[in-house]
Amino acid sequence: MKKISTLTLLVVFAFTAVAFRIQDPAQKLPAVDVKTLDGKTVNTSTFANDGKPIIISFWAMWCAPCKKELNAIAEVYADWQAETGVKLIAISIDDARNSPKVKPYTESMSWEYEVYLDENQDLKRALNVNMVPHTFVLNGKGEIVYQSTAYVEGGEKHLLEVVRKVAKGEKPE
Amino acid sequence: MNKIFVVLAGACLLGGGIQAQSPNMGQISGNFQIDSRYLFPDTLINAPNVPEKGVLNGWGQLNYVNGKFSAGVRYEAFMNPTPDIDPRYKGQGFPYRFASYKGEQLEIRLGNCYDQFGSGLIFRAYEDRGLVWDNSIDGFQARFTPRKGIYLKGIWGKQRAFWTQSAGIVRGFDGEININEALDSLTKNWDARIILGGSFVSRYQIDQDPTYELPVNVGTWAARANIMWKRFSLYAEYGYKINDPQDGFKINNKYVYKPGQALYLSATYSQKGLGVILSAKHIDNFSFRSDRTATGTAMFINYLPALTKQHTYILAAYYPYATQANGEVGAQAEVTYKIKKGTKLGGKYGTNVQFNYSVAHALDTVSLNDTVRLMGYTTKMGRWGDSLFFQDINIEINRKINQKLKLNLVYTFLRYNKNVIEGKANYPIIDAHTAVVDVIWKINDKFTLRSDAEHMFVTTSDDNYFTHSSHGSVVDFGHWVALTEELTIGEHWYVAVMDQYNYGNYESIRRIHYINGQVGYMRNTTRIVVGYGKQRAGIFCVGGVCRFVPASNGFTLSITSAF
Repeated sequence: MKKISTLTLLVVFAFTAVAFRIQDPAQKLPAVDVKTLDGKTVNTSTFANDGKPIIISFWAMWCAPCKKELNAIAEVYADWQAETGVKLIAISIDDARNSPKVKPYTESMSWEYEVYLDENQDLKRALNVNMVPHTFVLNGKGEIVYQSTAYVEGGEKHLLEVVRKVAKGEKPE
Repeated sequence: MNKIFVVLAGACLLGGGIQAQSPNMGQISGNFQIDSRYLFPDTLINAPNVPEKGVLNGWGQLNYVNGKFSAGVRYEAFMNPTPDIDPRYKGQGFPYRFASYKGEQLEIRLGNCYDQFGSGLIFRAYEDRGLVWDNSIDGFQARFTPRKGIYLKGIWGKQRAFWTQSAGIVRGFDGEININEALDSLTKNWDARIILGGSFVSRYQIDQDPTYELPVNVGTWAARANIMWKRFSLYAEYGYKINDPQDGFKINNKYVYKPGQALYLSATYSQKGLGVILSAKHIDNFSFRSDRTATGTAMFINYLPALTKQHTYILAAYYPYATQANGEVGAQAEVTYKIKKGTKLGGKYGTNVQFNYSVAHALDTVSLNDTVRLMGYTTKMGRWGDSLFFQDINIEINRKINQKLKLNLVYTFLRYNKNVIEGKANYPIIDAHTAVVDVIWKINDKFTLRSDAEHMFVTTSDDNYFTHSSHGSVVDFGHWVALTEELTIGEHWYVAVMDQYNYGNYESIRRIHYINGQVGYMRNTTRIVVGYGKQRAGIFCVGGVCRFVPASNGFTLSITSAF
C-alpha cells in the first residue's frame, strides 16, 4: 500500500513538472550571492550584458565534459562575442577540495569568461542544477530561454545557434 | 503525508496557473530525480541478494520565489534504498522544507539550512545527491551585512540524521571582513587584497554515560586569512576543538580527551598559460560530529576534503583517498601549463599539461600511558609520522590533433594504505600504476565516438608481503584493463559500452569481464538513462570518509529533470 501511494506521489510530481514546462513562464535569474576569484561577494541580480545574451555555465574541476565544453568555447569565444555580443559566465560549484585550484586553472587555460565560485551552492540550488554541466542562456531581458544538461563533442556549435537566435530576439527551439 | 503532498502539488499548480497571468505572483521551479535498479544476485562478483529485487531512490523538489521571499520543499523516497547507500535512508517523506527572506542587508531562513564557514574546517552543511549526502541543519539561519565588506552569519539547529535528527544541537557564528571592500577609500591604491575571518561552532549533547564524564558543550573555533597580491594568493585557516571524546576515535578502546587542532594552507600563482598550487594540512583529532556516538560517514559538522587530485577515469579513480580526520599530515603540488599553439611542442592548437603530486602520512605521535586524563598521545604541528597513508604522482596531457581528433593521456602512480583508508588489516601498501588513453573522434556532424582504454598494474614494494601465486597479482584484486566506447548521436542520444576486465585477479575463477551497456536520451533539462550489466565493487568518498559500494548485476533506470 505504501509503495502505491509513493508511486502516486511521484506521478503527481511528474505531472506537476510537465504542467509547468508547458506553461513555460519566463523564468528570471534568482538573486543569490556568489564570489569572485578575488573573494569579492557579487549578487547575481547585477549580472548584465547591455541587452545582449548571457550564457551561464555550471562546471566543476572534477567534471571532464564541463572542462571540454568550456575549453572548446574558449577557442572561439572572441568570434562569438564579435558576432552576437554574448557574455559567458562560468559558475564553479567546487568545494574546498578544488576551489583553490579554480583560479590557477582558469587563468592557465586563458579563459576570458567571468568566473565565480558558488561554494555554498546557493545558486546551484536556486536554479535546480542537479548535475554539471548545466548551461543556461538568458535573453537581453535576463529571462532564461534555454537550458541544457549535457555536453557532446561539437555541442558548442548548437549553443552558438541558440545564442544567435536569442541575440535576434527569436525563440531558441 | 499523502494529503500534504496533494495539497501542495495542487497549490503549486494553482500558483503556476495564476503566475501565467500575473508575473507578480512569483515563480515556481523544481527538479526531479529517480535512480532505480532491478538486481540479480551474483556470487562470483559478490553481488548480494537483494530480496526486493527492485529498489529506488527518488527526489522531487519544488522552489517558490516571490521577490525577497522564497520557500521550498523536497520529497525523498528510498524504497528500498539501493544497496550502495546507507540503509538508514530507508523510508520516504519530506526531510527538507524551508522559508526565507532575503533583503538588502539581512537574510533569514527557517527550516532546513545549508552553509559553510571558511573552507568548512569547522562547519559545512550541504547536499550532494550523487553521493546521497545531506547534513542540512534544521533550525534558523541568518546572514547580515551591516556595511559593505562585512559579512556576519549565524546558524542554530539540529542536523538531519537520515529520517530523524541529531542528538546534539549545533550552533555556529561566522564573521568575515573584506578589508578592500570595507575600507575602499583607504585601500584603493593597494596592490594587495586582504580578507580575514573567524568562526565559532558549538555542539550541545547531554551526557548519559555511566562511566565517563563527557563535555556536554563542545566548542570549536577557527581563524582564517586570505591575502592576494598581484598573481599570488595565500590562504591559511587554523581550527581548534576542545576535548570531544567520541565513539569514532578511541585508543585501546578508551575515549581520547585530547583537544583537536587543524591547519590548512594553500598558496597559488597564476598567469596566462600557467597555474601553480601548493597546499598543506595538519589534521589532529579533528572529527566533529553532531552526535558523539556516530561513526562511519554519518553526522559530520565539519568538512575535511582530501588534498589530492580528483580523478575522473574509472581505473585512475579506483583507489581514492579520504582525509583521515583522526590524524594526518598531507601536502599537494599541482602545475597546469599550456604549451602555446603554433610551437613545435604545442602543435597547431596548443597542448595542456598538468602535473600533480600529493602525499599523506600519519601524524608523528608519542603515546601517553595516561589512564587518568586519557590524553592519548602528543604530537607536534607539521611533523610527519613514518606510516604512509597515500601518495599519488600523476601527469595528464591534453591535445587537440585536428578538427576531428582530440587526445587525452593520463599516467598515475598511486600508493594506497588500504588498512588505514578502508579500515582493513594485513594489506601491504598497494602500488598501482595506471595509464589512460582517451580519444575523441568526431566522425561527422552527427556522430562522435569516444574511446577510453585504461590499464592498471597493481603490485607492492613490501618485501615482507606473502606471495603464493605465479599468476596475476596477489595484491587486492590485482590488475585491471578497462575499455569504454561511447557513441553520441546528434544532440540528444548516446550509447555506451564498457568492459572492465579483472584479468590479474589471482583467483582465476574471478578473472571476470564486468560488461555494462547504457543508452541515454537528453533534451533540455531532462536526461533518461537505461543500463544493463555488471558493476564492480568500488570505493566512493564523501567529506573525508569513504564508503564501500558492493558489486551489482542488473538493470538500471535513472531520470533527472528540472523545470
